[in-house]
Amino acid sequence: MSRPSSFSPNRRRLLKAAGLSVAFSWLGAPRQAMALVSPHRQAADAAAAVADGAPAFAPNAFIRIDADGAIRLVMPMVEMGQAIYTGSCMLLAEELDVDLDQIQVEHAPPSDELYGMKLLKAQITGGSTSTRSTFTELRQAGAVARTLLVAAAAARWKVLPSSCVVERGVIHHPPSGRSLRYAQVAQAAARLPDPGEIKLKDPAQFRLIGKPMARLDSADKVRGVTRFGIDVAVPGMRIATVKACPTFGGTLAGVDDRATRAIAGVIEVLRIDNAVAVVATNFWAAKRGMEALDIQWQPGPNARLTTGELRENLARSQANGQAIVGREVGNRPAGEFIQATYKLPMLAHATMEPLNATVHVRSDRCEIWAGTQVPTRVVANAARITGLPVERIVLHSQYLGGGFGRRLESDYVDQAVSFARLVPYPLKIVWTREEDIRHDIVRPMYHDVISAVVDQNGMPVWYGDRVCSGTVLGRWRPGGMRKNGMDGDAIECVAELPYAIASMKVEWVRHDMPPGLLVGWWRGVGALHNIFIVESFFDELAHRARRDPVEWRLALLKNNPRSTAVLKLAAAKMGWGSSQPVRTASSNRAGRGVALAEPFGTRVCAMVDVEVTPQGEVQLRRAVVAVDCGIAVNTGSIEAQIQGGLLFGLSAALFNEITLRDGAIEQGNFNDYRMLRMNETPAVEVHIVNSTEAPGGIGEVGTAIAAPALTNAIYAATGVRLRELPVRRALLARPQHTLLKTFGLAPSHPEAAA
Amino acid sequence: MSFTLKVNGHPHTVDIAGDTPLLWVLRDVIGMTGTKFGCGIAQCGACTVHLDGDPVRSCVLPVSAVGGRQVTTIEAIDQTPTGKRIQDAWLAVDVVQCGYCQSGQIMSASALLARNPAPTDDDIDAAMSGNICRCATYVRIRAAIKQAASGKIEVSQAIPVSAPGGRK
Repeated sequence: MSRPSSFSPNRRRLLKAAGLSVAFSWLGAPRQAMALVSPHRQAADAAAAVADGAPAFAPNAFIRIDADGAIRLVMPMVEMGQAIYTGSCMLLAEELDVDLDQIQVEHAPPSDELYGMKLLKAQITGGSTSTRSTFTELRQAGAVARTLLVAAAAARWKVLPSSCVVERGVIHHPPSGRSLRYAQVAQAAARLPDPGEIKLKDPAQFRLIGKPMARLDSADKVRGVTRFGIDVAVPGMRIATVKACPTFGGTLAGVDDRATRAIAGVIEVLRIDNAVAVVATNFWAAKRGMEALDIQWQPGPNARLTTGELRENLARSQANGQAIVGREVGNRPAGEFIQATYKLPMLAHATMEPLNATVHVRSDRCEIWAGTQVPTRVVANAARITGLPVERIVLHSQYLGGGFGRRLESDYVDQAVSFARLVPYPLKIVWTREEDIRHDIVRPMYHDVISAVVDQNGMPVWYGDRVCSGTVLGRWRPGGMRKNGMDGDAIECVAELPYAIASMKVEWVRHDMPPGLLVGWWRGVGALHNIFIVESFFDELAHRARRDPVEWRLALLKNNPRSTAVLKLAAAKMGWGSSQPVRTASSNRAGRGVALAEPFGTRVCAMVDVEVTPQGEVQLRRAVVAVDCGIAVNTGSIEAQIQGGLLFGLSAALFNEITLRDGAIEQGNFNDYRMLRMNETPAVEVHIVNSTEAPGGIGEVGTAIAAPALTNAIYAATGVRLRELPVRRALLARPQHTLLKTFGLAPSHPEAAA
Repeated sequence: MSFTLKVNGHPHTVDIAGDTPLLWVLRDVIGMTGTKFGCGIAQCGACTVHLDGDPVRSCVLPVSAVGGRQVTTIEAIDQTPTGKRIQDAWLAVDVVQCGYCQSGQIMSASALLARNPAPTDDDIDAAMSGNICRCATYVRIRAAIKQAASGKIEVSQAIPVSAPGGRK
């Protein structure tokens, strides 16, 4: 396959981009014009470079070359496991003509102007947008720097820049045999004007892009020396843990802290409107102190709220609420009408690193040390809370021990700032795991009715979906909502399908959760929710038509070579149709499921083999994923993201549901909100399509495709169609084992049950 | 109460309540933050350290129960032959993602390899199922343990990039 020599837009790509903007309309919400990520010098660059050690050469916001030869690359996104530091460095280093062993990586300071993502219009790491937002710009940033450095060397030698070559940061002039290191021309290059438009490498010349590069952060993480937010230590720091009102929307009524203050190591007890903090010399003393507090809460209007009540209200809105049409094509034709109801639960994020932040508030300055996906939001909120101007807020970004959307919220930092205002010393606040889960900003619950009209062959000629949910976007960035009140995220990956279906109607009923119960982004976001429902329902249609689910999907794919290719690739690697699903015990039921979708500008197909025991336990046996994410930057991290992302999605589908009782989350730790473990992990094979298309997202793709591949496999194994998550084992147990569970009797004596 | 701990071969005397878990003595008193807090109830394994070579969850081990046993943490696991092999394999396979759980994963894997130089898949399951990884790096953890044990390179599947239609 030939590669195009540039990424200049052609008609096909413009069409794709238009599709993307439908799916991500919220990302492009109108905002004040700002520079965003740019390879060229910005007004704010000079001050940023001074603050960053005044390097000899800083041609843009991303590259610093010091007089001593250090090459420092500033990362616009944050690293939370997705390997974006490695990917971004590959883009910069590719055009800068240095290798990854020569560079140092830096966290960026907060600045929408210098580090704002074009797809998100702010310095935000999320939505699987990082590579898509910067694939061209970071390469250009590297090329601008190299062009200036080469020009400076050529001027010194009085030769043409085109007669010079660069290798590992050394400029050579082959005709004369002369060489100069980047650092030797850095000061001269800094005095040259911006080169304007620059030509990028032909992709055929890529040295780094498209290769499986080892992560730059691995060595420190393997030695345990990487500093996450929770590891921050500053002089004079005290350590606290917090408890917010367990009931969402409730407040603090009173605290008796006499017993707490008697505990060795406890320093003081702090109060804000809805939470209390115990400050101590170490976390354990703070935790013991918290347990000793006698707290009175004012639970507020949600005091009796339960999941059941939330579900009933959501169902009522689904049936009767006013819908906003997200997309409608043609009219619903006459024919056989099929309909199914699907429901999804609330979910917590449970990042491995519990939420934490360290804050020092002084009269003229507020310093924050935290891992966050939204650095500029953190700063703006701290300014609002402290009353200090934004310029007096200093955020030191840290590595994130997982994000998954939880650190797209600033609540845990805002709370830490609120407490830190009350004390003169630096305050590190670490949430317990229980606090982390019980005060998650949860993935919303959904209640959707999906439908289709099928022709005489059982193929859909129309599909409809009536989605009902709260809105994440409407709270998180109200300005991102469409003019008609539509939340684009709620209908992502259902308003447009990979399949050729003549007509359709997708609508959304907004059903706000009670005040105080916040819903948030969760890895996979709207795509995750809708892909489960669409790919489950379409699997139902395939089985109804007595067709093989892969053949049936292939028949529905018209003029979609990329999705056709991933479906065929996955089928070939899995042995779909040519091999049997893995079965380890004769009493088990075995099955294989498929799911196909186009989330985040990527094409992906997942296939999963499962066994279901007579007791209804689901055992994962093997997974195969084929992915076309456009041009692949780091194939090693793409594989890792798909492997881990798929398992993240399977874990949630198998095990996770957040429930409320008395307005409070009932789950609290990994014992009652459990995660997939090593002994439950199947082999996961990832196959990456060689593509020259513009890059798609990757961090959420594996998660978004996981659940329907699982439940379709469970259907193949058991004949049970799961239209709700998480998987309910009771629905999958063989009848005699249901008796066993219900009556506690051995199946050999069923008559005793009577 | 005063306790003298032997951590990575060095004595540390700390004055702290005896019920304080070893985890918080390491992190907040001695200032060694490589050992991580994940759950506080021995459910996730992020806090795994070795006591005389055996893996323990330091979040539920009172400092008063440590006694004279040698505490080894991630900061010094490269001083043991198996620990070094595990870390090297972790790098070769490029296991980590966010990395937060990996100290505990490496401590559990090192202890496994020290007592069982050729672990089977079942052995790996038994030794590693107490360690949660939210990034779910389990596939590569398994590969890295096998590589550390056998010295043979575990090939990642995605490296040969396939063309559309499944052709290599």
